[in-house]
Amino acid sequence: MPTDDPSPHQTLSRRQLLATGTRSLGALSLMSLVGAHLVGGDAPAVRTDPLAPKAPHFPARAKRVIYLFMGGAPSQLDLFDYKPKLNELNSQPCPESLIKGERFAFIKGVPKLLGSPHTFARHGQSGMWVSELLPHTAKVVDQLAFVRSLKTDHFNHGPAQIFMNSGHQIVGRPSMGSWVTYGLGSVSDSLPGFVVLLSGDTDPGAGNACWTSGFLPTSYQGVPLRTKGDPVLCVSNPEGVDADTRRRSLDTLRALNDEHYQAVGDADILSRIEAYEMANRMQRSVPELADLSSEPASIHALYGSEPGKPGFASNCLMARRLIERGARFVQLHHRGWDHHGESAAKDIVTGLGKLCRETDQASAALITDLRGRGLLDDTLVIWGGEFGRTPMNEARNGSTFLGRDHHPRAFTMWLAGGGIKPGVIHGETDDVGYNIVADPVHVHDLHATILNCLGLDHTRLTFRFQGRDYRLTDVHGEVVRPLLA
Amino acid sequence: MHDDNSMMHTRSAGILLLLITSAALAAAEAPDFDRAVRPILATSCISCHGAEKQKGSLRLDVKRLALAGGTSGIEIRPGDSAGSYLMARLRGQGDEPRMPNKGDPLTAAQIATIATWIDAGAHWPDDPAGTDVARTRHWSYVPPRQVPLPAVHRQDWVRTPIDAFVLARLEQEGIAPSPEADRQTLIRRASLDLIGLPPSTEEVAAFIADQLPGAYDRLVDRLLASPHYGERWARLWLDLARYADTDGFEFDSPRTMWPYRDWVIRALNADMPFDRFTIDQLAGDLIPDATTESRIATGFHRNTMKNSEGGVDPEEARWETLLDRTNTTAEVWLGSTFGCAQCHNHKYDPITQHDYYALLAFFDHSDEVAVPTGATTTPADGKTHALASLGLAEKATGQAETNLRIRGAYVSKGELVTAATPAFLPPLPAGVAVNRLALARWLVSPVNPLTARVTVNRIWEAYFSKGLVETSDDFGSQGTSPSHPELLDWLAVAFSHEWSLKRLHRLIVTSATYRQSSLVEHAVSERDPYNRLLARSSRFRLEAELLRDNALSISGLLSPAVGGPSVFPLGPSEIGRVNTNKENMTWTVSAGPDAHRRGLYTFWRRTSPYPTFATFDAPSREVCTLRRPRTNTPLQALSGLNDPAFWEAAQAFGRRMALAPGQQPADHLAYGYRLCVAHEPSRATLGRLEQAFAADCAAFAGDAARTRSVCGARDASPEAAAYIMIANVLLNLDETMTRE
Repeated sequence: MPTDDPSPHQTLSRRQLLATGTRSLGALSLMSLVGAHLVGGDAPAVRTDPLAPKAPHFPARAKRVIYLFMGGAPSQLDLFDYKPKLNELNSQPCPESLIKGERFAFIKGVPKLLGSPHTFARHGQSGMWVSELLPHTAKVVDQLAFVRSLKTDHFNHGPAQIFMNSGHQIVGRPSMGSWVTYGLGSVSDSLPGFVVLLSGDTDPGAGNACWTSGFLPTSYQGVPLRTKGDPVLCVSNPEGVDADTRRRSLDTLRALNDEHYQAVGDADILSRIEAYEMANRMQRSVPELADLSSEPASIHALYGSEPGKPGFASNCLMARRLIERGARFVQLHHRGWDHHGESAAKDIVTGLGKLCRETDQASAALITDLRGRGLLDDTLVIWGGEFGRTPMNEARNGSTFLGRDHHPRAFTMWLAGGGIKPGVIHGETDDVGYNIVADPVHVHDLHATILNCLGLDHTRLTFRFQGRDYRLTDVHGEVVRPLLA
Repeated sequence: MHDDNSMMHTRSAGILLLLITSAALAAAEAPDFDRAVRPILATSCISCHGAEKQKGSLRLDVKRLALAGGTSGIEIRPGDSAGSYLMARLRGQGDEPRMPNKGDPLTAAQIATIATWIDAGAHWPDDPAGTDVARTRHWSYVPPRQVPLPAVHRQDWVRTPIDAFVLARLEQEGIAPSPEADRQTLIRRASLDLIGLPPSTEEVAAFIADQLPGAYDRLVDRLLASPHYGERWARLWLDLARYADTDGFEFDSPRTMWPYRDWVIRALNADMPFDRFTIDQLAGDLIPDATTESRIATGFHRNTMKNSEGGVDPEEARWETLLDRTNTTAEVWLGSTFGCAQCHNHKYDPITQHDYYALLAFFDHSDEVAVPTGATTTPADGKTHALASLGLAEKATGQAETNLRIRGAYVSKGELVTAATPAFLPPLPAGVAVNRLALARWLVSPVNPLTARVTVNRIWEAYFSKGLVETSDDFGSQGTSPSHPELLDWLAVAFSHEWSLKRLHRLIVTSATYRQSSLVEHAVSERDPYNRLLARSSRFRLEAELLRDNALSISGLLSPAVGGPSVFPLGPSEIGRVNTNKENMTWTVSAGPDAHRRGLYTFWRRTSPYPTFATFDAPSREVCTLRRPRTNTPLQALSGLNDPAFWEAAQAFGRRMALAPGQQPADHLAYGYRLCVAHEPSRATLGRLEQAFAADCAAFAGDAARTRSVCGARDASPEAAAYIMIANVLLNLDETMTRE
């Protein structure tokens, strides 16, 4: 359990409460007791729900996370991992030594190396190489820490996305956002703690497996905030039911439930009453949250967003509004980075350019905006996909469009904000960007590092299920110290 | 509740009274090592003093080594707990820190158990010869046996053997059982439990009026004979079977699996014995009298997910299905988590990596086939369709064997392993063909100590919200010990005589234990906060599908049709786009009565499950789900109040209330209340409802547009709108959502 509480009795009780989703009267008061001992003024009031704020394992810089998940896997070789040698070797057959015994998703036979068709330049004090496709990101590189040596175990989208989000390739383990919300709770008592925002193309996507709470209680599941219709499912009253009528209904419901509690004595009824009151608070807070028209024009200009126009830019702005209102973990999924080169729309010239235009400005704006508001210090921002792309041209069925196949051996991500040292460039790949040659960072290491930024020890953030204590990092994971501020 | 004395003379109770012996209570005897002491050591000690680690050179899982002690000397002195160093460490006496070092300290009761056991001579049964893995003697690996029913003081309370075990334990603790629930509560509880639907007001009235002997038994018989019984209990099985209507993964394409779902419903309604139920699902293609029906049953293991992504290697994808079949088989029938052993020997249970691949090998020679099932008529449109369901068939040749995978990695082939049952359990009978059929028969044979226990426990859990073994998903050494071990074994043995699920259900629901009130007595709940001792019945929120079934039934919308292709009910707007943006998966609401079928017929899309159910803890069914959590969240409150599925029910329920006989609003409101919770409202409740109704009437009276919106433009009036608002409240009452 994420608490420094020395009393095993309290820990046990809280674990039991979480495990069963039920609570007794005695346990309720115990929860209040634990809540009251929280440090840091994180909690506005003593709360007893499963999302009540909890103290981290140790003091930490980051209090919350915004994760920009780039579904489909952006090409690191065309964005961040600059390889002049690869450009020189363009169109040469790939050396046997690299691909002997390798398994690819689509590439067959001996493929040809593919240099990047894009121009790279160094930026900022860190001198980080960034491609021309990301002019806005290039301007904030000194706020970012780049990891050019990520590696994963999976090379198909579904398993790799689930792996990146839950530390396991098979569906059923809790996602990172669920773990963090389980570990730290949420400051907001009128919004979900873990929110998911979707944009981009249709495929590929592992669907809600990316934000499932797995075997953790459903309270920790990611709640998709939608850009059309109700922002939160069912948050609007049915047509014809106004706020006064709804409040009157809730008063009646509360009175009858309370009467039932007096007769039955089961504290679960009190929890139900509180859930309905929280729901009513959400009915008031969610429309205010989702109303982007209240933001000034300068902010919309910064993000490239427009009120009423759904998309990644609006979602970035929404992410900032969510964390301002106490959400713990906000995850954006922008999908469509799967540039194999089957067509112009799916190549690394036109297709990749489009995805960059959809995301570059708003990603950089988020960093700038958070920094301007003093929120970057305690907000961890993460950018990246589920794997990388090959240094070889895929040329599927003889396609003349340039594209790259799935590559789990090396890819780039960036992190910024709470707990992260700005301007760091970590890890290195070989001359063609095929293999990592220095400081490999496995997905489990990334997870351990993210939890560490939040004050959570990845070996102690556990949940007992089917007779075993499970963790996000399973039995693996090393914190990547050089990335830490 | 006025007791129905005649019910005492049911057959089971009569037999029971003859069986009760005057043996002394179990508490006075020395604790049995395997049942009482080993589980404590397994849970709290062996992670540091077992096969993996031996801190202080002490090992507590092997008799010889445990009695020899560690670097601190002799830990256990038979007959002398005061002189045993183990006790000092457990109690935290002396300078050394209290044991266990990690995790929770032992309870006073656990410490007393170990002390009593040492004082009585520390009798430790010999470990099996030739092994140092004493873990094979874990309680659940020892075949269940029936002990004589314990003696109790209040024999008049005992209706079935269950009650003798429960009451003996309660009397030992000095706690009295709760009085019987009133008849309204009983009929609602039994109806929701056995058929998953609430009783009609007529059924409630008839049951209360039935003063003849055996009224409750007749109620139970009626419910067990209902075709809805099979639907209700199929719902639970389908979570285990990871039944769904799509492939899962990226493409998540539709598949025809519903004939398998209907097979489960039919089998349960016919009370197919559980051994046959098992054999048909695992090997219905291999049995000598294989039929189309038994081949449809093999759909159980065609429910595995399927990844059609472009880059998937077909052989590896097939391998993934084998892993899923292996894990699911072990979880469902053995209550064991074999998954760990895919990569390494299980840390705490005696499951080796070899065991894992030996079990997997049973499935490695199966082909996936389509089972032509002739034609089917869809109940909704009356049309006839050619139909093929998905199932398994055995390859013609080859021995059941497979290569172990080193550290579980698909590409790292290790030694060749022949199909076999796990080494810590008895082997297959000599001379049988080693295939899925042999495995299926072995699972339900008397030599397997687990299947009956695991199954009985799972059903108990459905009634009491917690199993006798609380970790119903883990019967291994890291699971919890049974709260009533003799009862669990008694039920397991009784069940395995005929494998009749209906008899098991009848035995449980006719027990005095089941029939208790669920009121929480503060003094008792202080001592037993989780009701492990069963001094009352449990109360819990209805599961996702039943919650909607309940609302549809109360509102009068529910279609009673049984079986057929899956349907697409009304749900939150843009339902097909809620979680994924897959354009090829639209959700067109079913026409006619199919919009209001029971929840288990809802199209189960793995990557984007029907949101109303997902909100209430229904799993995606991507893999076997042994236990659903039961949470209580604000999103559930929003769904109950505003979800189109529940709002539509409120509209129909409001109209139904308005049309009910009666002169005064109070008559209509009381009728609505009875529909929801089966009993009359209190004076205060009715007053509160009248007050709310009047306020809503007044509010809607001045607003024709809102009135029309709320009424859905049908028969709009301020009164009609107010009844709908009351219906919305009543459907969200804690009591309506709860099986009391």
